[in-house]
Amino acid sequence: MSVFSRGFKGRRRDADTRGRLPPGQYLVRGFPVLSAGPTPRTPLAEWTFSITGEVDEPKSWTWEQFRALPSETITRDIHCVTKWSKLDTTWEGVSVDTLLAGVETAADYVMAFCDGGYTTNLPLEDLSGGKAWVAFAYDGQPLEPEHGGPARLLVPHLYFWKSAKWVRGLQLMKDDSPGFWETYGYHMYGDPWREQRYSGD
Amino acid sequence: MARAAVQRRLSWRLGEVAELIDETPRVRSVVLGVAGWPGHRAGQHVDVRLTADDGYQAQRSYSIASAPDTPERLALTVERLDDGEVSPYLVGELRVGDTLELRGPIGGYFVWDVGMGGPLLLIAGGSGICPLMAMLRHRAARGSAVPTRLLYSSRSLEDVIYRDELHRLMATGKGLEVFHTLTRVQPPEWPGYRRRIDQDMLAEVTWPPDLHPLVFVCGPTPLVESVATALVQLGHEPGRIKTERFGPTGG
Repeated sequence: MSVFSRGFKGRRRDADTRGRLPPGQYLVRGFPVLSAGPTPRTPLAEWTFSITGEVDEPKSWTWEQFRALPSETITRDIHCVTKWSKLDTTWEGVSVDTLLAGVETAADYVMAFCDGGYTTNLPLEDLSGGKAWVAFAYDGQPLEPEHGGPARLLVPHLYFWKSAKWVRGLQLMKDDSPGFWETYGYHMYGDPWREQRYSGD
Repeated sequence: MARAAVQRRLSWRLGEVAELIDETPRVRSVVLGVAGWPGHRAGQHVDVRLTADDGYQAQRSYSIASAPDTPERLALTVERLDDGEVSPYLVGELRVGDTLELRGPIGGYFVWDVGMGGPLLLIAGGSGICPLMAMLRHRAARGSAVPTRLLYSSRSLEDVIYRDELHRLMATGKGLEVFHTLTRVQPPEWPGYRRRIDQDMLAEVTWPPDLHPLVFVCGPTPLVESVATALVQLGHEPGRIKTERFGPTGG
Protein backbone atom coordinates (compact mmCIF):
# COMPACT_ATOMS: atom_id res chain seq x y z
CA MET A 1 0.00 0.00 0.00
CA SER A 2 1.40 3.33 -0.99
CA VAL A 3 1.43 6.50 1.01
CA PHE A 4 -0.34 9.51 -0.47
CA SER A 5 1.87 12.44 -1.38
CA ARG A 6 0.24 15.53 0.08
CA GLY A 7 -0.54 18.02 -2.65
CA PHE A 8 0.61 15.85 -5.56
CA LYS A 9 -1.75 15.98 -8.53
CA GLY A 10 0.28 14.40 -11.30
CA ARG A 11 -0.27 14.50 -14.98
CA ARG A 12 -2.84 12.04 -16.28
CA ARG A 13 -2.25 10.01 -19.38
CA ASP A 14 -3.84 10.89 -22.68
CA ALA A 15 -6.71 8.63 -23.62
CA ASP A 16 -4.89 7.31 -26.68
CA THR A 17 -1.90 6.12 -24.65
CA ARG A 18 -3.98 4.25 -22.09
CA GLY A 19 -2.97 0.63 -22.06
CA ARG A 20 0.33 1.36 -23.75
CA LEU A 21 2.34 2.65 -20.79
CA PRO A 22 3.66 -0.04 -18.44
CA PRO A 23 3.49 0.65 -14.68
CA GLY A 24 5.79 3.40 -13.43
CA GLN A 25 6.56 4.74 -16.93
CA TYR A 26 5.94 8.19 -18.41
CA LEU A 27 5.87 9.37 -22.01
CA VAL A 28 8.63 11.33 -23.70
CA ARG A 29 8.70 12.94 -27.11
CA GLY A 30 12.49 13.20 -27.44
CA PHE A 31 14.84 10.27 -27.46
CA PRO A 32 16.95 10.31 -24.27
CA VAL A 33 20.45 8.83 -24.37
CA LEU A 34 21.85 6.63 -21.63
CA SER A 35 25.17 4.84 -21.59
CA ALA A 36 27.86 4.03 -19.09
CA GLY A 37 30.88 5.36 -20.97
CA PRO A 38 32.14 7.11 -24.09
CA THR A 39 30.36 6.37 -27.36
CA PRO A 40 32.47 3.87 -29.34
CA ARG A 41 33.10 4.66 -33.00
CA THR A 42 34.03 1.57 -34.98
CA PRO A 43 34.70 2.13 -38.70
CA LEU A 44 32.29 0.11 -40.83
CA ALA A 45 35.28 -1.51 -42.56
CA GLU A 46 36.21 -3.11 -39.21
CA TRP A 47 32.66 -3.94 -38.12
CA THR A 48 31.48 -7.54 -38.02
CA PHE A 49 28.52 -9.29 -36.47
CA SER A 50 29.10 -12.77 -35.04
CA ILE A 51 27.17 -15.69 -33.60
CA THR A 52 29.48 -17.50 -31.17
CA GLY A 53 29.43 -19.79 -28.12
CA GLU A 54 27.33 -22.96 -28.00
CA VAL A 55 26.98 -23.38 -31.74
CA ASP A 56 28.16 -26.09 -34.11
CA GLU A 57 29.67 -23.50 -36.38
CA PRO A 58 30.20 -19.81 -35.52
CA LYS A 59 28.86 -17.32 -38.07
CA SER A 60 30.08 -13.87 -38.96
CA TRP A 61 29.08 -11.09 -41.34
CA THR A 62 30.92 -8.00 -42.51
CA TRP A 63 28.91 -4.76 -42.68
CA GLU A 64 28.30 -5.27 -46.42
CA GLN A 65 27.21 -8.86 -45.90
CA PHE A 66 24.98 -7.85 -42.99
CA ARG A 67 23.33 -5.07 -44.99
CA ALA A 68 22.72 -7.46 -47.88
CA LEU A 69 20.50 -9.60 -45.62
CA PRO A 70 16.74 -9.12 -45.89
CA SER A 71 15.58 -6.37 -43.54
CA GLU A 72 12.24 -5.10 -42.34
CA THR A 73 10.62 -1.98 -40.94
CA ILE A 74 9.54 -2.29 -37.32
CA THR A 75 7.25 0.09 -35.42
CA ARG A 76 7.08 -0.52 -31.68
CA ASP A 77 6.78 1.22 -28.30
CA ILE A 78 9.99 1.24 -26.25
CA HIS A 79 10.36 1.39 -22.48
CA CYS A 80 13.51 2.43 -20.60
CA VAL A 81 14.10 1.27 -17.03
CA THR A 82 14.82 4.92 -16.12
CA LYS A 83 11.04 5.39 -16.52
CA TRP A 84 10.60 6.95 -19.95
CA SER A 85 8.62 5.33 -22.71
CA LYS A 86 8.39 6.35 -26.33
CA LEU A 87 5.52 5.22 -28.53
CA ASP A 88 5.54 4.17 -32.18
CA THR A 89 9.29 4.29 -32.77
CA THR A 90 10.21 3.16 -36.27
CA TRP A 91 13.30 1.14 -37.02
CA GLU A 92 14.82 -0.80 -39.84
CA GLY A 93 16.72 -3.96 -39.07
CA VAL A 94 17.54 -7.57 -39.72
CA SER A 95 15.44 -10.06 -37.79
CA VAL A 96 17.47 -12.14 -35.35
CA ASP A 97 15.61 -15.13 -36.87
CA THR A 98 17.45 -14.39 -40.12
CA LEU A 99 20.80 -14.31 -38.31
CA LEU A 100 20.09 -17.53 -36.44
CA ALA A 101 18.79 -19.41 -39.49
CA GLY A 102 20.65 -22.69 -39.85
CA VAL A 103 22.39 -22.35 -36.47
CA GLU A 104 22.42 -25.63 -34.53
CA THR A 105 22.51 -25.04 -30.79
CA ALA A 106 21.58 -26.52 -27.43
CA ALA A 107 21.70 -23.06 -25.87
CA ASP A 108 18.77 -21.49 -24.00
CA TYR A 109 20.38 -18.12 -23.30
CA VAL A 110 22.27 -15.43 -25.15
CA MET A 111 24.81 -12.82 -24.13
CA ALA A 112 24.75 -9.88 -26.52
CA PHE A 113 28.22 -8.32 -26.75
CA CYS A 114 29.14 -4.86 -27.93
CA ASP A 115 31.85 -2.36 -28.75
CA GLY A 116 32.92 -0.68 -25.51
CA GLY A 117 32.57 -3.90 -23.53
CA TYR A 118 28.83 -3.69 -22.81
CA THR A 119 26.94 -6.97 -22.49
CA THR A 120 23.37 -8.00 -21.69
CA ASN A 121 21.78 -11.41 -21.23
CA LEU A 122 18.51 -12.67 -22.69
CA PRO A 123 16.70 -15.97 -23.11
CA LEU A 124 17.15 -17.25 -26.67
CA GLU A 125 13.39 -17.56 -27.11
CA ASP A 126 13.03 -13.80 -26.54
CA LEU A 127 15.31 -13.16 -29.49
CA SER A 128 13.55 -15.53 -31.89
CA GLY A 129 10.08 -15.78 -33.39
CA GLY A 130 9.93 -12.24 -34.76
CA LYS A 131 10.56 -10.51 -31.42
CA ALA A 132 14.06 -9.09 -31.95
CA TRP A 133 16.15 -7.38 -34.59
CA VAL A 134 19.59 -5.95 -35.20
CA ALA A 135 18.57 -2.41 -36.17
CA PHE A 136 20.67 -0.11 -38.35
CA ALA A 137 18.22 2.75 -39.00
CA TYR A 138 15.91 4.84 -36.83
CA ASP A 139 13.18 7.06 -38.21
CA GLY A 140 14.43 6.52 -41.75
CA GLN A 141 18.01 7.60 -41.02
CA PRO A 142 21.17 5.60 -40.31
CA LEU A 143 21.33 4.96 -36.57
CA GLU A 144 23.38 7.69 -34.88
CA PRO A 145 26.36 6.59 -32.75
CA GLU A 146 24.86 7.97 -29.52
CA HIS A 147 21.78 5.82 -30.10
CA GLY A 148 23.88 2.74 -30.76
CA GLY A 149 24.91 3.07 -34.40
CA PRO A 150 26.00 1.55 -36.63
CA ALA A 151 23.75 -1.18 -35.26
CA ARG A 152 21.98 -2.04 -32.03
CA LEU A 153 19.89 -4.89 -30.79
CA LEU A 154 16.16 -4.11 -30.72
CA VAL A 155 14.11 -6.18 -28.28
CA PRO A 156 11.18 -3.86 -27.65
CA HIS A 157 9.16 -6.17 -25.39
CA LEU A 158 11.87 -5.93 -22.69
CA TYR A 159 13.28 -2.83 -20.94
CA PHE A 160 15.49 -0.99 -23.36
CA TRP A 161 18.83 -1.77 -21.70
CA LYS A 162 18.36 -5.23 -23.23
CA SER A 163 18.40 -3.57 -26.67
CA ALA A 164 22.18 -3.34 -26.54
CA LYS A 165 23.81 -0.44 -28.38
CA TRP A 166 26.84 -0.96 -30.64
CA VAL A 167 26.07 -4.68 -30.73
CA ARG A 168 28.69 -6.85 -32.39
CA GLY A 169 27.34 -10.31 -31.80
CA LEU A 170 25.46 -12.89 -29.84
CA GLN A 171 27.16 -15.49 -27.67
CA LEU A 172 24.89 -18.48 -27.18
CA MET A 173 24.99 -20.03 -23.69
CA LYS A 174 23.52 -23.13 -22.04
CA ASP A 175 23.02 -21.31 -18.74
CA ASP A 176 21.90 -17.80 -17.93
CA SER A 177 24.59 -15.39 -16.80
CA PRO A 178 24.31 -11.69 -15.87
CA GLY A 179 25.43 -9.03 -18.32
CA PHE A 180 26.69 -5.54 -17.50
CA TRP A 181 23.71 -3.89 -15.75
CA GLU A 182 22.41 -7.23 -14.50
CA THR A 183 25.65 -7.58 -12.48
CA TYR A 184 24.82 -4.25 -10.82
CA GLY A 185 21.44 -5.40 -9.61
CA TYR A 186 19.20 -4.89 -12.61
CA HIS A 187 16.72 -7.65 -13.40
CA MET A 188 17.87 -10.75 -15.30
CA TYR A 189 14.78 -10.66 -17.57
CA GLY A 190 13.36 -7.10 -17.51
CA ASP A 191 9.68 -7.31 -18.50
CA PRO A 192 8.30 -3.74 -18.30
CA TRP A 193 4.70 -4.97 -17.90
CA ARG A 194 5.69 -6.85 -14.75
CA GLU A 195 7.90 -3.90 -13.73
CA GLN A 196 10.99 -6.09 -13.46
CA ARG A 197 13.45 -3.25 -13.00
CA TYR A 198 15.76 -4.62 -10.35
CA SER A 199 16.81 -8.00 -9.03
CA GLY A 200 13.96 -9.42 -6.97
CA ASP A 201 11.20 -7.38 -8.68
CA MET B 1 30.07 -18.84 -15.59
CA ALA B 2 28.93 -18.24 -12.03
CA ARG B 3 25.66 -16.52 -11.37
CA ALA B 4 25.72 -13.20 -9.56
CA ALA B 5 25.05 -13.45 -5.86
CA VAL B 6 21.36 -13.22 -5.09
CA GLN B 7 20.63 -9.62 -4.27
CA ARG B 8 18.09 -8.43 -1.79
CA ARG B 9 14.83 -7.11 -3.12
CA LEU B 10 14.65 -3.33 -3.31
CA SER B 11 11.51 -2.52 -1.38
CA TRP B 12 9.82 0.85 -1.06
CA ARG B 13 10.70 2.76 2.11
CA LEU B 14 9.45 5.95 3.66
CA GLY B 15 11.67 8.96 4.07
CA GLU B 16 10.66 11.93 6.16
CA VAL B 17 11.66 15.35 4.94
CA ALA B 18 14.00 16.74 7.59
CA GLU B 19 15.29 19.78 5.77
CA LEU B 20 14.84 21.68 2.51
CA ILE B 21 17.73 23.72 1.16
CA ASP B 22 17.29 26.15 -1.72
CA GLU B 23 20.55 25.74 -3.63
CA THR B 24 19.76 28.00 -6.60
CA PRO B 25 16.57 29.63 -7.93
CA ARG B 26 15.71 26.36 -9.71
CA VAL B 27 17.35 23.74 -7.51
CA ARG B 28 16.48 22.46 -4.08
CA SER B 29 18.00 19.80 -1.87
CA VAL B 30 15.60 17.52 -0.04
CA VAL B 31 17.19 16.01 3.06
CA LEU B 32 15.40 12.88 4.21
CA GLY B 33 15.60 10.75 7.31
CA VAL B 34 15.19 7.15 6.18
CA ALA B 35 14.86 4.61 8.98
CA GLY B 36 16.61 1.36 8.13
CA TRP B 37 18.38 2.75 5.06
CA PRO B 38 20.85 -0.01 4.08
CA GLY B 39 23.57 2.44 3.05
CA HIS B 40 24.82 3.41 -0.38
CA ARG B 41 27.95 4.19 -2.34
CA ALA B 42 28.72 7.67 -3.63
CA GLY B 43 27.27 7.93 -7.14
CA GLN B 44 24.24 5.67 -6.68
CA HIS B 45 20.64 6.81 -7.10
CA VAL B 46 17.16 6.14 -5.77
CA ASP B 47 13.74 5.86 -7.32
CA VAL B 48 11.14 8.22 -5.87
CA ARG B 49 7.41 7.46 -6.12
CA LEU B 50 4.61 9.97 -5.66
CA THR B 51 0.97 8.96 -5.20
CA ALA B 52 -1.99 11.30 -5.78
CA ASP B 53 -5.26 11.11 -3.84
CA ASP B 54 -6.88 8.91 -6.47
CA GLY B 55 -3.99 6.44 -6.52
CA TYR B 56 -2.27 7.83 -9.63
CA GLN B 57 1.49 7.33 -9.30
CA ALA B 58 4.61 8.76 -10.88
CA GLN B 59 8.20 7.56 -10.44
CA ARG B 60 11.53 9.21 -11.20
CA SER B 61 15.19 8.51 -10.45
CA TYR B 62 17.39 10.95 -8.52
CA SER B 63 21.07 10.73 -7.67
CA ILE B 64 21.97 10.69 -4.02
CA ALA B 65 23.97 13.83 -3.23
CA SER B 66 24.86 12.97 0.35
CA ALA B 67 27.87 10.94 1.42
CA PRO B 68 27.37 7.37 2.56
CA ASP B 69 28.98 8.45 5.81
CA THR B 70 25.80 9.86 7.43
CA PRO B 71 23.66 6.83 8.31
CA GLU B 72 19.89 6.87 7.69
CA ARG B 73 20.09 10.29 6.06
CA LEU B 74 19.82 10.97 2.34
CA ALA B 75 20.02 14.21 0.40
CA LEU B 76 18.54 14.45 -3.09
CA THR B 77 19.19 17.59 -5.09
CA VAL B 78 16.44 18.25 -7.60
CA GLU B 79 16.30 20.74 -10.48
CA ARG B 80 12.84 22.02 -11.34
CA LEU B 81 11.97 21.24 -14.94
CA ASP B 82 9.22 23.64 -16.00
CA ASP B 83 7.31 21.02 -17.95
CA GLY B 84 8.08 18.27 -15.45
CA GLU B 85 5.62 16.23 -13.48
CA VAL B 86 7.61 15.27 -10.39
CA SER B 87 10.37 17.86 -10.05
CA PRO B 88 8.04 20.89 -9.59
CA TYR B 89 6.41 19.00 -6.71
CA LEU B 90 9.73 18.17 -5.05
CA VAL B 91 11.13 21.68 -5.53
CA GLY B 92 7.96 23.70 -4.90
CA GLU B 93 5.39 21.74 -2.93
CA LEU B 94 7.19 19.40 -0.54
CA ARG B 95 7.44 20.60 3.08
CA VAL B 96 9.45 19.59 6.10
CA GLY B 97 7.67 16.70 7.83
CA ASP B 98 6.16 15.30 4.61
CA THR B 99 6.95 11.72 3.70
CA LEU B 100 8.36 10.48 0.44
CA GLU B 101 8.44 6.92 -0.87
CA LEU B 102 11.75 5.76 -2.25
CA ARG B 103 13.72 2.64 -3.00
CA GLY B 104 17.37 1.97 -3.58
CA PRO B 105 20.26 2.27 -3.67
CA ILE B 106 20.41 1.60 -7.41
CA GLY B 107 23.41 1.33 -9.71
CA GLY B 108 26.91 0.28 -8.89
CA TYR B 109 29.04 1.28 -11.86
CA PHE B 110 29.07 5.07 -11.59
CA VAL B 111 30.43 4.95 -8.03
CA TRP B 112 33.56 5.98 -6.21
CA ASP B 113 34.84 5.39 -2.74
CA VAL B 114 38.14 6.29 -1.15
CA GLY B 115 39.39 2.72 -1.52
CA MET B 116 39.39 3.15 -5.31
CA GLY B 117 42.04 5.86 -5.03
CA GLY B 118 42.78 8.31 -7.80
CA PRO B 119 43.63 10.68 -9.19
CA LEU B 120 39.96 11.48 -9.37
CA LEU B 121 38.67 13.63 -12.21
CA LEU B 122 35.09 14.85 -11.95
CA ILE B 123 33.34 16.74 -14.73
CA ALA B 124 29.83 18.09 -14.22
CA GLY B 125 27.26 20.13 -16.08
CA GLY B 126 24.41 21.73 -14.14
CA SER B 127 22.62 19.36 -11.79
CA GLY B 128 24.99 16.64 -12.97
CA ILE B 129 27.06 17.75 -9.98
CA CYS B 130 24.81 15.76 -7.60
CA PRO B 131 26.36 12.27 -7.71
CA LEU B 132 29.83 13.86 -7.92
CA MET B 133 29.05 15.88 -4.79
CA ALA B 134 28.34 12.62 -2.97
CA MET B 135 31.88 11.55 -3.94
CA LEU B 136 33.40 14.85 -2.75
CA ARG B 137 31.46 14.73 0.52
CA HIS B 138 32.52 11.13 1.06
CA ARG B 139 36.13 12.04 0.32
CA ALA B 140 35.95 14.89 2.87
CA ALA B 141 34.18 12.75 5.49
CA ARG B 142 37.00 10.23 5.29
CA GLY B 143 39.71 12.89 5.40
CA SER B 144 41.01 11.56 2.09
CA ALA B 145 43.78 13.41 0.27
CA VAL B 146 43.28 11.59 -3.05
CA PRO B 147 44.24 14.17 -5.72
CA THR B 148 40.91 15.35 -7.09
CA ARG B 149 39.87 17.88 -9.71
CA LEU B 150 36.36 19.05 -10.44
CA LEU B 151 35.50 20.91 -13.63
CA TYR B 152 31.98 22.28 -13.29
CA SER B 153 29.97 23.98 -16.01
CA SER B 154 27.03 26.22 -15.07
CA ARG B 155 25.03 28.81 -16.94
CA SER B 156 25.70 31.64 -14.49
CA LEU B 157 27.13 32.15 -11.02
CA GLU B 158 23.69 31.98 -9.42
CA ASP B 159 23.13 28.59 -11.09
CA VAL B 160 26.22 27.05 -9.43
CA ILE B 161 24.89 24.39 -7.06
CA TYR B 162 26.78 23.91 -3.76
CA ARG B 163 28.97 26.94 -4.52
CA ASP B 164 29.84 27.80 -0.92
CA GLU B 165 30.33 24.18 0.09
CA LEU B 166 32.64 23.54 -2.86
CA HIS B 167 34.65 26.57 -1.87
CA ARG B 168 34.83 25.36 1.71
CA LEU B 169 35.84 21.84 0.72
CA MET B 170 38.63 23.22 -1.42
CA ALA B 171 39.81 25.56 1.34
CA THR B 172 39.75 23.05 4.16
CA GLY B 173 40.55 19.76 2.45
CA LYS B 174 43.72 18.50 0.90
CA GLY B 175 44.33 17.84 -2.77
CA LEU B 176 41.05 19.19 -4.15
CA GLU B 177 40.95 21.71 -6.99
CA VAL B 178 37.71 23.13 -8.37
CA PHE B 179 37.45 24.83 -11.77
CA HIS B 180 34.28 26.63 -12.82
CA THR B 181 33.11 27.62 -16.23
CA LEU B 182 30.10 29.91 -16.69
CA THR B 183 28.64 29.48 -20.14
CA ARG B 184 26.02 32.26 -20.42
CA VAL B 185 26.52 35.07 -17.93
CA GLN B 186 29.69 35.93 -16.04
CA PRO B 187 30.12 38.50 -13.26
CA PRO B 188 32.59 41.33 -13.91
CA GLU B 189 36.19 40.22 -13.52
CA TRP B 190 35.19 36.56 -13.42
CA PRO B 191 38.47 34.65 -13.17
CA GLY B 192 37.16 31.29 -14.41
CA TYR B 193 36.30 29.95 -17.83
CA ARG B 194 33.57 31.55 -19.92
CA ARG B 195 32.58 28.89 -22.44
CA ARG B 196 31.25 25.38 -22.81
CA ILE B 197 33.72 22.68 -21.88
CA ASP B 198 35.89 21.84 -24.89
CA GLN B 199 39.00 19.83 -25.62
CA ASP B 200 41.38 22.75 -24.93
CA MET B 201 39.80 23.33 -21.52
CA LEU B 202 40.01 19.64 -20.71
CA ALA B 203 43.67 19.57 -21.75
CA GLU B 204 44.37 22.47 -19.36
CA VAL B 205 42.41 21.17 -16.40
CA THR B 206 42.81 17.41 -16.49
CA TRP B 207 45.77 15.21 -15.72
CA PRO B 208 47.62 13.64 -18.62
CA PRO B 209 46.33 10.18 -19.57
CA ASP B 210 49.53 8.49 -18.34
CA LEU B 211 48.50 9.31 -14.76
CA HIS B 212 45.42 7.11 -15.39
CA PRO B 213 42.82 9.23 -13.61
CA LEU B 214 39.45 7.74 -12.75
CA VAL B 215 37.00 9.91 -14.64
CA PHE B 216 33.32 10.54 -13.85
CA VAL B 217 31.27 12.73 -16.18
CA CYS B 218 27.69 13.71 -15.38
CA GLY B 219 25.43 16.24 -17.02
CA PRO B 220 23.10 16.72 -19.94
CA THR B 221 23.67 14.40 -22.89
CA PRO B 222 25.37 16.94 -25.25
CA LEU B 223 27.93 17.78 -22.53
CA VAL B 224 28.56 14.15 -21.64
CA GLU B 225 28.91 13.15 -25.30
CA SER B 226 31.34 15.94 -26.15
CA VAL B 227 33.40 15.62 -22.95
CA ALA B 228 33.72 11.83 -23.19
CA THR B 229 34.68 12.04 -26.87
CA ALA B 230 37.25 14.78 -26.19
CA LEU B 231 38.79 12.81 -23.30
CA VAL B 232 39.19 9.75 -25.55
CA GLN B 233 40.81 11.99 -28.17
CA LEU B 234 43.20 13.31 -25.51
CA GLY B 235 44.28 9.72 -24.93
CA HIS B 236 42.28 8.67 -21.88
CA GLU B 237 41.26 5.01 -21.76
CA PRO B 238 37.54 4.68 -22.59
CA GLY B 239 37.21 2.04 -19.85
CA ARG B 240 38.20 4.57 -17.16
CA ILE B 241 35.63 7.15 -18.24
CA LYS B 242 32.29 6.57 -16.55
CA THR B 243 29.30 8.60 -17.64
CA GLU B 244 25.86 9.38 -16.34
CA ARG B 245 23.39 11.58 -18.14
CA PHE B 246 20.81 13.96 -16.78
CA GLY B 247 18.34 15.05 -19.35
CA PRO B 248 15.12 16.95 -19.25
CA THR B 249 13.24 13.81 -20.25
CA GLY B 250 9.97 15.06 -18.87
CA GLY B 251 10.92 14.55 -15.19
